[in-house]
Amino acid sequence: MASVPMEHGLLIAGILFGLGLVGVLVRRNIIFMLMSIEIMLNAAGLAFVVAGAGWQQPDGQIMFIFILTMAAAEVSVGLALILQFYHHFRTLDADAARRMRG
Amino acid sequence: MLGILWLIPALPLAGFALLILLGSRFNQRSSSLVGVGSVAISASLALAVAISFIGSPPPNFHYRQTLWQWMQLSNFRPEFALYLDALSVTMIVVITVVGFLILLYSSEYMAGEDGYNLFFAYMDLFVGFMLTLVLADNLLFLYLGWEGVGICSYLLSGFWYKEAANGRAAVKAFVVTRFGDTAMAMGLFLLFMNLGSLQIQELMQRAVQQWPVGSVVAVAAAALLLGGALGKSAQLPLQVWLPDAMAGPTPVSALIHAATMVTAGVYLIARTNVLFTLAPVVQSAVAVIGVLTLLAAGFSALTQSDIKRVLAYSTISQIGYMFLALGVGAWSAGIFHFVTHAFFKSLLFLSAGVAIVACHHEQNIFKMGGLRHQMPVVFWTFIIGAASLAAAPLVTSGFYSKDAILWSVWSSERGGNLLWAGGLLGALLTGIYSFRVVILAFMGEAKAPVTYRPSNLVYIPLIILSIFSVVAGFVEMPRTLGDLQLFSRFLETALPPAHPGHYGVTTEAVVQLIAAVTCLMGIYAAYLVFLRRADLAERLVETPITAALHHWWFVGWGFDWIYDKLFVQPFLWLAKVDKDDVIDLLYQGIALLNRTAHESLSGTQTGRIRGYAAGIAIGSVITLAIVVLL
Repeated sequence: MASVPMEHGLLIAGILFGLGLVGVLVRRNIIFMLMSIEIMLNAAGLAFVVAGAGWQQPDGQIMFIFILTMAAAEVSVGLALILQFYHHFRTLDADAARRMRG
Repeated sequence: MLGILWLIPALPLAGFALLILLGSRFNQRSSSLVGVGSVAISASLALAVAISFIGSPPPNFHYRQTLWQWMQLSNFRPEFALYLDALSVTMIVVITVVGFLILLYSSEYMAGEDGYNLFFAYMDLFVGFMLTLVLADNLLFLYLGWEGVGICSYLLSGFWYKEAANGRAAVKAFVVTRFGDTAMAMGLFLLFMNLGSLQIQELMQRAVQQWPVGSVVAVAAAALLLGGALGKSAQLPLQVWLPDAMAGPTPVSALIHAATMVTAGVYLIARTNVLFTLAPVVQSAVAVIGVLTLLAAGFSALTQSDIKRVLAYSTISQIGYMFLALGVGAWSAGIFHFVTHAFFKSLLFLSAGVAIVACHHEQNIFKMGGLRHQMPVVFWTFIIGAASLAAAPLVTSGFYSKDAILWSVWSSERGGNLLWAGGLLGALLTGIYSFRVVILAFMGEAKAPVTYRPSNLVYIPLIILSIFSVVAGFVEMPRTLGDLQLFSRFLETALPPAHPGHYGVTTEAVVQLIAAVTCLMGIYAAYLVFLRRADLAERLVETPITAALHHWWFVGWGFDWIYDKLFVQPFLWLAKVDKDDVIDLLYQGIALLNRTAHESLSGTQTGRIRGYAAGIAIGSVITLAIVVLL
């Protein structure tokens, strides 16, 4: 199997992570923020898989399964929160929940 | 039987613990049951101990009970140990019995007050500490009780703390006695440094062995202990706190500020009598201070209009008599006067308390009046108390104790005519001011309708105390009248006997007759001035000189004014000047720094979740950069 160099895989993971982060920071719609967080999680998972493949270790894949499980849980909690958020504020704009005055 | 001794102070302390921990869940009935019950059991145990002590005295007439070692610091090993001898037997019986009667009275008197359970908690704590004080085997343990009763006095004087004046009076009492307590603490340091022990009996033995009579150390130690006694017993020049401490509830005034705590100084001097014998100068000072105090307080009592302040000044004056007795070496006469005073003064306070409530919390004797027909029982109990205070001859306990003091002062080689004349003048004043209160508050026309009808819980203590106020004197009779010396014989097992000069019975009879006539003259003068010719009293204070004198006595010889100018104002000025010095700048700088940091950081708490996320991202980038680059 023609191996992809580890650097390339990690680079993609890094780019994905950066895209997710930017998404979290610039998006105001809370659903998109949740999606961006999912992207960041998957970027981390990808980095594990790439590293596991590169070093010929099973640990990376095991960690990815963990991340997958956690992501599922996170999404369910996150969606529940979003439902409540919408119920409460009648909007999906994350900044609308700003109540603190510093 | 004596083995149960530790229970006597432990029971009131246990009552306190129960009331303070669970008191908020108790209703008034169970609060008073715990509060009064613990002291009642303690009183019956004290009586049992006293009977057993008198019936089958322990070897050498003292009994020691070590509970446990308090601490151990090289050769300093104070113990929680109790010491029972004739002196402490007398003290514990009086404290628990009078304490029980006053608590019984309070259970009705304080009914409906806020903090009813707290009141009983503090009273129990007080009784426990007072018993600790008189039973302590070493001076450190005694000091624990000494400070304990001080804090209870503070708590109870300021019991009605919602009025600022009461709180101030409590603070004043606490601070003024602190002067004396500091002197006493230094006295303890001095004693330990020089004699290497604080165990009282050991201390006294070593003092006799190591110090010659009149040596500088002995004088210093005795003077420092005297300082403590002056503060606690409200003697000149530290007497200013007691009249103000009357801000507390009346049962508190009766128990703490008349019967027991204020006589702690008398107890301390009697307990350490060896030291005072080694320092004749200080012992003479005790007598002189006693006479000056009893006269000054007597004149002040003559002019007061508040019934409780009259009684407060009379307490100061009567403790002056006790100091006079101690000063001339008549130890048992001083303690005897303590016993009778505890009975008749608490009787007076409790009767006055009923009268005050009956007059709708009016304490001004000029506005009371005419209670005689409306409250006959209280009138008679007050009369008995006042007669005992004035030492009405033959039938009152006060007569026998005061007579013992005056005779000792006359006959002792340490006494003298001048001291005796002072005591005699004091007796005249006592007669006048005590019956002045009786006449103004109880005789004459009724000025307000009485609606308060006390129950038996109030009457029973009054009647028992009245009986004690009469019969307590019969245990000690002078040579001229029956020659009964049960009390002084009993106390001689613990205190050195008095050394009266060799005077015949005739001389004693003449001296006693003079004292008795003086007292009756005082009562008659009060009758004449305040009842028969009521206008005379007003005419007396019309001239400028007598008016000024009246005012001077009324404000307690201006001691408050002097102390205000001498200590309080300079202290306040110094505190004000000292408020902005360099050291404070440092602390203000720290405060400023904290405030700025707080404000700038709290500015970042915006509630914008994206801002937080950005913060986390930037933070991790910076951290990573540091880790990678360094």
